This record gives sequence, structure tokens and C-alpha cells, in this order.
Amino acid sequence: MTDMTATQTQAEKLDSAASRKARIMGGILIALALLVLFVLDVVPGESATFRLTTRRDAIQIPDLVVPGAFNMVCAALLAFLGVRQLLRGGARWTSLSLGFGLLLLVMAFLVWATAGKAFNLTSMLQAAVLASVPIALGGLAGVMSERVAVVNIAIEGMLLAGAFAGALIGSLLGGWIGLVAAILVGGCFGLLLATLVVTFRMDQIIAGVVINLFVLGVTSYVSSQVFAEYRFLNNAKVFRAWEIPLLSDIPVIGPMLFDQNLFVYGAFILVGIATYYLFHTRNGLRARAVGEHPRAADTLGVDVYVTRYVHVTIAGMIAGFGGAFFTLGNVGRFEENMTNGRGYIGLAAMIFGRWHPVGALSAALIFGFADSIQQKLALLNTPIPSEFLAMAPYIATIIVVAGLVGRSRPPAADGKPYVKE
Amino acid sequence: MTEHDDLKGVNERMRSLMARTTHGRDDFEDLVIVPLFAVVVALVFGALIMLATAVDIPTIGRSFAALAIGSVGSLNAWSETLTAAIPLVLAGLGLGLGFRAGLFNIGAEGQLVMGGLAAVIAGFSLDFLPIVIHLPLTLLIGIAVGAGYAAIAGILKATTGAHEVISTIMLNLISFELLNWLLRQPWLQREGRSDPISKSVPDSAQLPQLLDWINPNLRLHAGLFVMLIAVAFIWWLLFRSKIGFAFRASGENPSAANYAGMKASFVIVLAMATAGGLAGLAGASQITGVLGRASPGFSAGIGFDAIAVALLGRSHPVGILFAGILFGGLEAGGRQMQVAAGVSIDLIGIIQALIIVFIAAPLLVRAIFPWGFRRNGRKEDAA
Repeated sequence: MTDMTATQTQAEKLDSAASRKARIMGGILIALALLVLFVLDVVPGESATFRLTTRRDAIQIPDLVVPGAFNMVCAALLAFLGVRQLLRGGARWTSLSLGFGLLLLVMAFLVWATAGKAFNLTSMLQAAVLASVPIALGGLAGVMSERVAVVNIAIEGMLLAGAFAGALIGSLLGGWIGLVAAILVGGCFGLLLATLVVTFRMDQIIAGVVINLFVLGVTSYVSSQVFAEYRFLNNAKVFRAWEIPLLSDIPVIGPMLFDQNLFVYGAFILVGIATYYLFHTRNGLRARAVGEHPRAADTLGVDVYVTRYVHVTIAGMIAGFGGAFFTLGNVGRFEENMTNGRGYIGLAAMIFGRWHPVGALSAALIFGFADSIQQKLALLNTPIPSEFLAMAPYIATIIVVAGLVGRSRPPAADGKPYVKE
Repeated sequence: MTEHDDLKGVNERMRSLMARTTHGRDDFEDLVIVPLFAVVVALVFGALIMLATAVDIPTIGRSFAALAIGSVGSLNAWSETLTAAIPLVLAGLGLGLGFRAGLFNIGAEGQLVMGGLAAVIAGFSLDFLPIVIHLPLTLLIGIAVGAGYAAIAGILKATTGAHEVISTIMLNLISFELLNWLLRQPWLQREGRSDPISKSVPDSAQLPQLLDWINPNLRLHAGLFVMLIAVAFIWWLLFRSKIGFAFRASGENPSAANYAGMKASFVIVLAMATAGGLAGLAGASQITGVLGRASPGFSAGIGFDAIAVALLGRSHPVGILFAGILFGGLEAGGRQMQVAAGVSIDLIGIIQALIIVFIAAPLLVRAIFPWGFRRNGRKEDAA
């Protein structure tokens, strides 16, 4: 390739890093093409049947029948993207190709797994939206606090605290009060994180890790010390799905988006509000200024400390709401460590979504999709062990974070404490 | 010495990401008073939490007594404390080294799983070797696999900038799934068992017990020496070797280290691999010294507790040694507490988290205990 001379400028260095990454991605895409070609090959003549509606639905649409040759097309497309990326990969195309490539892989995988069988695609998509809710809300909490430059590793702990408070208060005083309690408890941990990192200038990552450890300790302690004995404290009523009239009758889309519970609607509405707030209001602009250049914001009269306190607390409330999903929106019962790393995946969704609420939601939908594929495919008896399917979202997270992080930029002051002059 | 100067001094010290965990010239207040207060306050909070969950006061007294007796009250207690401390110290050394190099490695748990798995496989498949070769080889394979697994995160960070916090968390989750899958494979699963449990490691790959001549129930094993050697080695590596200097320089000021000719990507990968090797050794020593086989969740959160150990020990090898023994004592005492007083061992997790809060936020400790410190706080030249 190019000669490395002493006069090489910084820009050229960055350029070569970008093109190296593009080449790596090209290699990955070609590997995926080979995977589809040789592992996910469908016996000729077999086809996969995807059910889109059930017999109960008001509007019926025919099943989607995909011939096995579809996978050949997928492999060819993947190979084309990979070779293109290898030969003349540019930064602009890298993430697009990667996203499209992963989508092709998933489709080929679904066709391969369903070949010769029938599979209810709509119910899987419905489950995918549901599974993405805590991840999306975790990601949104991450956006809110990182936009004011507070790194929030504590999302995991806030989700867990919300789940716990929702179950406990929900069992005692009913679902709605449980929900409010979950939000408040999440907010308290947001406030605690803000106090530790803003006032006491503790390292943000350590503070987050500690909150996670603390919440895990407290909730596990109470659930083994108290819940095991007094079961009625851990038996909350679950929020059922609310069917929105007319809209829920639309095939595929209806069950996915308009026949869900409070938490799904809440997540979508919150993402909308957060986007409007951050990018179209004066206070949102101030918050982002605090994240990008706190000194300048301070000079112009924005109170950096108050802004950080408020936003990190709001982030905690969002995560508390997301945590309540685990208990009030799903099973009604708290179990030790039931969030099981969703908060961290939410963090990955935030990075994948480029610190933007809508981006975080989209990324969360992808993770939720991977999650629900894993659960539904157990029904199809694929030869792939369930552990590997469970691994898939984590591997995808690593690939995504590695593939995109150079292209997406965190707020400039992210992770840095601010000391007033 | 005005308050303003003091604040500026603090500002200086807070500047680098890991300043709190890595700075070198700690003085008496930092090394003794802050940890001491942290432990006391955490225990008081633990008592308050017990009160809040309707545990009566005599039981609280009994549980603290059991905590003390179970951790240091007898020969058996010491044996349990040190046995629990060995993997914590080993993994903590690796994490501390990572912090020094500016890497926040959450992945010790996964590296520990991989190292332990490798030790099990090497243990039962190389059983024709004599112990003098077999045991060291088993430990070395554990180190190598742990190092390799951690190096994935290092390479990803060095080549693409992927943040190690996310990638190591994902590698943890992947390693748990891999463990569950491998334990069901016929070549690894114990014969005649349907539950996921591995074959046993033969005697020739087991770390010998040290105190079984007194009482065969004393579990302390030769991993104690491995741990002490590792402490000495990491101390030498960090403070007396060239590569250790590169680690510390990259952690303190990456751009200065870069301009001084240290290759940042090389340092990242090597530091991650060293940390992973130590975590892998922790897993291998746990397998060959205590468990003798792998089962789901055999890592038991040691890798996460080790983060706390490294923070508490200020990323200094000797500090980590003491912090590991303290946490090992809490672990051993916590088991006694659960048996004798019926208080869940999860309480220990809360106490550990609180200890780290107070260690990592010395300003908080100063706010709670203003009388424990010199009026003007730290002198600026200590920063």
C-alpha cells in the first residue's frame, strides 16, 4: 500500500486507520458470505414458510414462502459487499455495509432454520419489540446522562433497582404505585450517581460499577432474606397488553406496535420526547453544551452542576421505569440479578445508536430481535445449540462496537469531572 | 494553604481517569485512615440494612461475631480466608495492572472461566505426565488461555477503539454460555452424569494442600505460594521493568507516552493479556486447588469481586494482597454468618460495595469524618 514516510500527516494516518477498518469489515463480510454458503445452505427445493397472521386476526394475509435459493442470493450479496469493502472501502460505506450484511445474515439464518417448516414471524417480531424495551430504556438513560458528560455504567443497577421496587411496592400497593416507586427509586440512584461524580468527583466508571454492585447486593440480600419468607411481598400484578383499536388490526405491524403493554408505548413516547427535548429546545441545547464544552457553557451562565444533577436523575428515572418492565411488565416477581446484563447491552445500544435517542431505540430493537430469535428458535429444533444462539447478541454487540465506534463520537467532555474555577 | 489551593490540588489529581486508583505516592491518610474508615462505615451501614430488614439486634451482634470468628477466629477460619483470598488477589493483580495502564477491564470473570476451563481440560487429558511437569503445565495453560481471551478485547481496543468496558462485559457473557455448552459435551462431561459437570482433575495436576497434616478439612493449598510469587512478580514488573514503566506512563498520560515512543496499541494488548493471564491463573488455581472440576458458575463472581479488591488495594500489588485477604475474610466470615446467625451472605456484597464507595470517593469519607484528617487536607506536593 502507501509508503509510510516521515512526512505523513495526521489526517493521512486517520485515513489509513479508517481504510484498515474498512478492510477488516470486508474480511468479516466475506467470512459471513462463506458461512451462509456452506453452513446455512438449504436443501434445493425446500422452502421456508413464515406465517404472518393467525386465524384470529381480522385481516388475513397469505403466508410468506421463501425458496431455499434465497440463501444463495444472500451469500452472493454478502460476498459482493465484502469484496467491495476490501477493494475500495470507505468510511462512509463501512457501517452501512455492516448493518446490511448483518441483516442479510439474520434473514438467511431464519430461512435456513425454518426450511421445510412453518414459523410464526409476527409473534417473533412482537416478542422482539417486547424484549427490546428494557434495552431501549437503558440506552435512553445512557443518552440522557452521557449528553451531559456523565458516563453511566450504573444503568444495570438502576434497572435492577427499578425491577425490585416495582415488584415490592407493586405487590403491596398495586401496579401503578409500584411503577411510580420504581421510577422514584431509579431516580434516587441517578441522584446518588450524580452526587458521587459531580460533588464528590469520584471516578465515573468506578461509581457506576459500585452502584451496580450495591444494588445487586441489596436486592439479592432482601430477596433471599425477606422475599423467601414472605412471598406475598413479591407477587405483583402484571400490566396486561392494551390493544389499540383499529391500529392493532393492521397485519404484522399491529401486533408488533399496537398490541403491547404500557412499557412498550412508554418507551416509544419517551424516545420521542427525549429527541424533541435534546435537539429542539433551549434546555436541551444547554444540556448538550454541558456535555461538549462545560467551561463554555459555564461562562455563558449555564449551571453545569445543576444540569448534570438534573439529567442524571432523569436518566435514573427512565432506567427505573425500564427496570419495572422486568417485574410489572413481564413476570410480576423479582428474581436475583434478573436484569442479567441488559443494562450493559443498553449501553452498547447507546453507542451503536450514536448517543441519539432514536438511534438507541433502533439498536435496541436489533438486540431485542436477536433475543427473541434465540427464544423462538428453540421451538424449531435447529441443530445449533441454544448456548450459541444466546451468545449471538453478545458477539453482535462486540462486532458493532468495534465496527462503529470510530465513526460515532461521544460528547466531547464525556467522563470528565468539571471543577468550577 | 488556602482552600482554593487545596481545591486546585484536588483538581490536578482528579484529572486523569484513573487518578484515584493509580497514583503512586500515597501517604498515611490515603493508605490507612481512608480504608479504615471505609471498612468501619460499611460495617455500620451493613448493620443498618439488617435493622431495616427486621433482623433483631441480638442477631446482628451474633452475625458480626460470626463474621469475626469465621474469618480470623481459628486455624480453620484463617485457612478459609486465605483460600478465598488466593483467586481474588491473583485476579485483582491483573485488574490493578490494567487500571495502571488506563484500562478498565470488567472481564476478569470471563477470563477466569476460560482459564479454569483450560486447566480442567489440560488436567484430565494430560494425566500421563508426572506432577512436576503436569501441575505447572496446567497452570501455564490456564494463564495462556486467560491471556488470549483478554487479548481479544485488547486487540479490539487497539485496532478499532472499541471500549474495553463493553467488549469485556460481552466476553464475560459469551464465556458463560461457552462454559454451559462445553460442560454438556461428552468428551468433557463426567462419565455417567447427566448434569453439566466436568471430569475431575487428577492428583498430578492438583495444587497440594498445605495443612492436611493437621486436619484434612483445612483447604489451604499451594496456590498461596503462587499468589505470593505473583505479587512479587507484578511489583517487579510495574516498578522495576521497562514494560511496567510503559504501562504506567500510558495510564497516566497516553499522549505523553506516545510521544516518548511507547506504542500505545502494543501496551494496550500486552496489558490486557497480562491481566487476563493473571485472571486465568486465578481460575486455574481455583480449579486445581479447590474445586477439582468445572461446573456452571464455578467462577462464583470472583472476577467481579476482584475489581473491588484492585480498587481497594489502590492498584498496588501489596495493597491488593491485603485487600484480597480482607475480602477473603469477609467471604469466609460471611459463610459462617449465614450458618450461625441465619443472615444471608448477600449482605457481604453490600458491605464490599460500600467499602469501595468510600475508598474511591475520599472526599466523601472526608465529608463524613472531617476530624480524621489534617485541617488543610493533603499537601499539594503529594499529588
